[in-house]
Order: sequence, then C-alpha cells, then structure tokens
Amino acid sequence: MAWFKKTRKPMAAAVKEKPSRVPEGLWVKCPGCAQVIYNKDLAANVSVCPKCGHHFRLTAAERLRMLFDGAWMEFDKDLVSTDPLVFTDTKPYKSRLQAGIESTGLKDAVIVASGAIDGIETMVASMEYGFIGGSMGVVVGEKIARGIERAIDARMPVVIVCCSGGARMMEGALSLMQMAKICGALARLDRARLPFISVLTDPTTGGVTASFAMLGDLNIAEPKALIGFAGPRVIEQTIRQTLPQGFQRSEFLLEKGMLDLVVDRRELKMAIANALRFMGATASAAPSPEPPVPVAIETAPQA
Amino acid sequence: MAETLEFEEPIAVFLKEIDALAAMPRTDARDREIDGLRRRIESVRGELYRSLTPWQRVLVARHPSRPGLEDFIQRLFTGFSEIHGDRRFADDHAIMTGFANYKGQPVLLVGHVKGGDTKEKIFRNFGYARPEGYRKALRAMRIAEKFSRPIIVFVDTPAAYPGIESEERGVAEAIAVNLRDMMMLDTPIIVIISGEGGSGGALGIAVGDRVLMQEFAIYSVIPPEGCAAILWRDPAKKVEAAEALKLTAPDLMKAGIIDGIVREPIGGAHTDPAAAAEIVDEALAQTLAEVSALGSGARLAARYDKFRNMGRLGIDFIDTRSS
Repeated sequence: MAWFKKTRKPMAAAVKEKPSRVPEGLWVKCPGCAQVIYNKDLAANVSVCPKCGHHFRLTAAERLRMLFDGAWMEFDKDLVSTDPLVFTDTKPYKSRLQAGIESTGLKDAVIVASGAIDGIETMVASMEYGFIGGSMGVVVGEKIARGIERAIDARMPVVIVCCSGGARMMEGALSLMQMAKICGALARLDRARLPFISVLTDPTTGGVTASFAMLGDLNIAEPKALIGFAGPRVIEQTIRQTLPQGFQRSEFLLEKGMLDLVVDRRELKMAIANALRFMGATASAAPSPEPPVPVAIETAPQA
Repeated sequence: MAETLEFEEPIAVFLKEIDALAAMPRTDARDREIDGLRRRIESVRGELYRSLTPWQRVLVARHPSRPGLEDFIQRLFTGFSEIHGDRRFADDHAIMTGFANYKGQPVLLVGHVKGGDTKEKIFRNFGYARPEGYRKALRAMRIAEKFSRPIIVFVDTPAAYPGIESEERGVAEAIAVNLRDMMMLDTPIIVIISGEGGSGGALGIAVGDRVLMQEFAIYSVIPPEGCAAILWRDPAKKVEAAEALKLTAPDLMKAGIIDGIVREPIGGAHTDPAAAAEIVDEALAQTLAEVSALGSGARLAARYDKFRNMGRLGIDFIDTRSS
C-alpha cells in the first residue's frame, strides 16, 4: 500500500503520435542502427534498412504489394466478427475491433488474395499485426480456411505470411479451434499435393506458430523475427532465469532445425517463386492439373 | 480428509465438526449428530454446485484429487499396457499412451497425467507436456490407425510446457503436426475433456470425431490468470477473466465446440470417482458405438466439417457485403 495517494490526475501527457511502422514523416530512424533514413529510400527497399538490414514490419497490404507481380483479387474481405462472447476486459472487445477497423482499413487481421508471384498464380494470406496484434479469431480462421479450400479447387499453391501474437483471447475457445480448422484444411491441401509455404515474420507466436506457421512444405523466416510458442516472459516466469541472447529468433530456430531457411526480405519473393517451381508450379498455369496417381500404401480412399 | 476448495468453506466447517466429533467416544447421540452434519454437507454442496461460477469451476477442474487418465484406466479398462517414447528424443511423462481393452474391444488410450503426490507431480511435470509427449501420442495413434483400433483421449493439462527445451525441440511444430494429422487419422477418435483443457497443450491431442466434456471441466484458449495479466494487466482479475472467457462446459456446448456434456456427481468427480467413472463409461460406450458405425469416408468428412464449422456464419461472424 502506498503511504501517499495521488488524488489529482497527473498532468495530461503530450498527446502521443500514433506510431506507424513507416512514419508519415520524411525521415525515419532505424531501431537497428539508429541511422536516419529517407522514407522514400526505405519504401523502395521494401522497408529494410539499407545500412544494417533491419526489417521494419510491413502491413498486410504492403506485403501483398511486395509479393505479387501486379494486381490481386481479394476474397472475403467483408467478414466481420460478431463478438460472440460479448467479451469485455478493460474495454469492450467491440471497441477494440472498431479501433482495428479504423486504424487498418481492414475488417479483421488478415487479407486473403490470389495473384501472380513471378508469374505463378498463388493464394496468399497475409496477416495484419496492426489489427489487435494480428491475433486469430473466427474471421481470420474462416478467411484462411476458405482461401485454402479455394486453392484446392483451383489447384493453386498457398502462401501464408504469419505476423501474429497468436489466438485471439477475446473470442475464447473459438479462437483456439481455428488452429484445428486451418490445419484440417492444410491436411487436405497436402493430400491434394499442392504446395504450402509458410513465411514467418516478426512476430509469430502462440497458436499461430502451433498450427499453420510450422506446417509449410517450407517454413521460411525473415531475419531476426521473434518466433515461438510461449512468449519469452512466460518462459522466464516458468524457469525463473533470463533467456539466452537470440532465443526464439529466426537464426536460433534455423539452428534448432525448425526452419528451412532464413531469407532477407529483398530476396523473399524470388525464394518463394523458386520453391514453388520446384514443387511443380508453373507460370500462369496451375501446377500439374491432375494429382499424381496415389501410391499403393495410401490409406483407404475417402468416400 | 478430502481437501476443500476456497468456496467450499461452509463444507469445511462441517467437516471440521465431524472430525472433532469422531474423536469423541462413540455414542448414539454422537453418531446421530455426525449423520445430521453429513446430510447438511450434502445439501450445502448441492446448492453450491448447482450455481458454480466459472472461476469456481476452474478450481474444481484443477482439484488435486480430481480423477484423471490413471483413475479411468483402473475403473473402465482392463489389461492396460503402456507404450513409451517418441523414438526421437525421450519419453514424456506428462502424456501417457497405451493399449487397453474396453468392454472386450482393444483400444488405444492417450491422455495427460498430472500426478498424485508431490514426487509424482514432479515426475509428471504437473501435466505440462513437452514436444516428445505430442510426438509419442501421434506415434501411438498411427499404430492404432494401422490396426483399426479406436482411440480414446483424456485431456487434462494446464498447458504445453513453456520452457527453453520445449521451444528448442519445437513444441509448436509437434502440436501443429498433431492437429493436421489427427484430422486425417482413419480410425474413430473420441476425446473427453476431463479436467483442464489448457489451450494448445490440450488441443494438440484433442482433434476427434466427438469431443465430450465432463460437467465441471474447463477448456480455454488461455488460463484465466494469463488472460488477466495480459488484458487487465492484473493477474488478480482472474475471476473476471474466467467469466469472460466462456470456458465452462455449458458455454462451450452453446458455442458448438463440444458435442456433449458428461454429468458429474454433485460436488464434482473427486467426491465420488466411482460414480463419475460410471457416467463417463455410459457416455463413452454410446459415443464409441455411434462413431464406429460410420464408414471411414463419412467419419472423416464429418470430423473435418465439425471443426470447419467452428465459427458459424451469421452467429460468430457475418458477411457485411451481403447486408
């Protein structure tokens, strides 16, 4: 208990500018090397610091612009959560949703779209961290599952760009179940022998890591991204010691065998395109129109 | 003496009185008084348990003597033979797998074990499974699939183990692979949430054709304490968080996440494990028969659709384009 209690409200702090990943200003300071960078240079460099290679976080739309050759077709962009639990913590979930909608212009934390990656028609789900921490609730789950199912129908590869704190608490166990739902759709994609590439960006944690993020035919991460299941603070509280330097970063996961490769954002698009070509995808045409003949050891065919 | 929970204070008072009386020399009057107190306990307990708050249910679900996998093995199955290890790194002790007979039919049992006394709790890592546990579970389930044996899963874990080695050995990957592969396992899978359904650590072995839940069990995306710490920035708000998370069996039934609620004796499964097991037995036998009657294709399609439809258009989300 404090001996003295402040009864007056503290003086209003200077109104903080809304932090944006690529600030509105002409110049931006790199958190990696403190270099001041001309904003247009940064944008031209896919938001990677030209000096130290620090990867600034991208919005979901910036990500699509970076991956696709040109225009893309967006799916299910008008799905909105109804706040099924009528959840309220320090403020109502409804107002958090509203704030997310206003600040990102999206209706939930993912854009699902199809377009060409170096000529290869691909279904891409790109997560938006600015929308309640990129968290996964029913809308994210539904949009990604529908995207995967569309890709199966159109025999198209799937790329999911993860950028998320995990399952969305405000939708309770429904959020948890989206993990099973998306993994189920991925199981069907896998059976259809279509490529799935998971791109892990900073941060990818919790229920997103423990579901689709780790299931890529290839798991590709951007450098120094935080990737983990439990949050670092939770682990520190459990084991009561500080974590080693670089723990849960891309390079650590690569070393531990959890990632296929760590790729600089400037080379990411070509790395994805190359992998897709290895997996049988061809430019402006779906990968092999018919699935290969199932091998004899496959389990009983489904009705 | 049975442990009582904080909200069972009125019961604890009666129990103390009974203890005191029991220490006195035996007379008819004393016995009558004890019987009277016992009846009072029954009625108070009945009242308490008819209107448990979500947080109180959390406490019941975590009760140290709540019957779990080992208890069910003893009461409902015969000839249990444990199988160990993930053939890659280690044998996890928080998840147990093994063959057993259920009413004469061979089945595979999979489930979390929290452990009874302190020594065993440490051995079982308090039911916090490491990646090896999830990999062992999948390995065992593949054997069951190969030989067309049904799988019965008992879920009771606070969470997957949040530790350095867990992350290093890919606990996220282990859970993810289970989610994907359990969806396609071509054999009946019945899941019973019997205690704590702790987020990914629970779901990692809980994809099945039917998911049943015991009346006072919980199933949540995050423990109430963790949710309170993050959203309220105050772990003491766990009671509010438990309320908000809708983690009780009736709530999850309404949300379409579980397929059935398995009743418990008044006062919770720990007050009468034999009766609790009997009710589980009934539900299990019926559910297993239903699922086993389905052909492989229909069963797998239904399993997919069941999870696919979690998050319902028009209820949990809407398409604003059409309105």
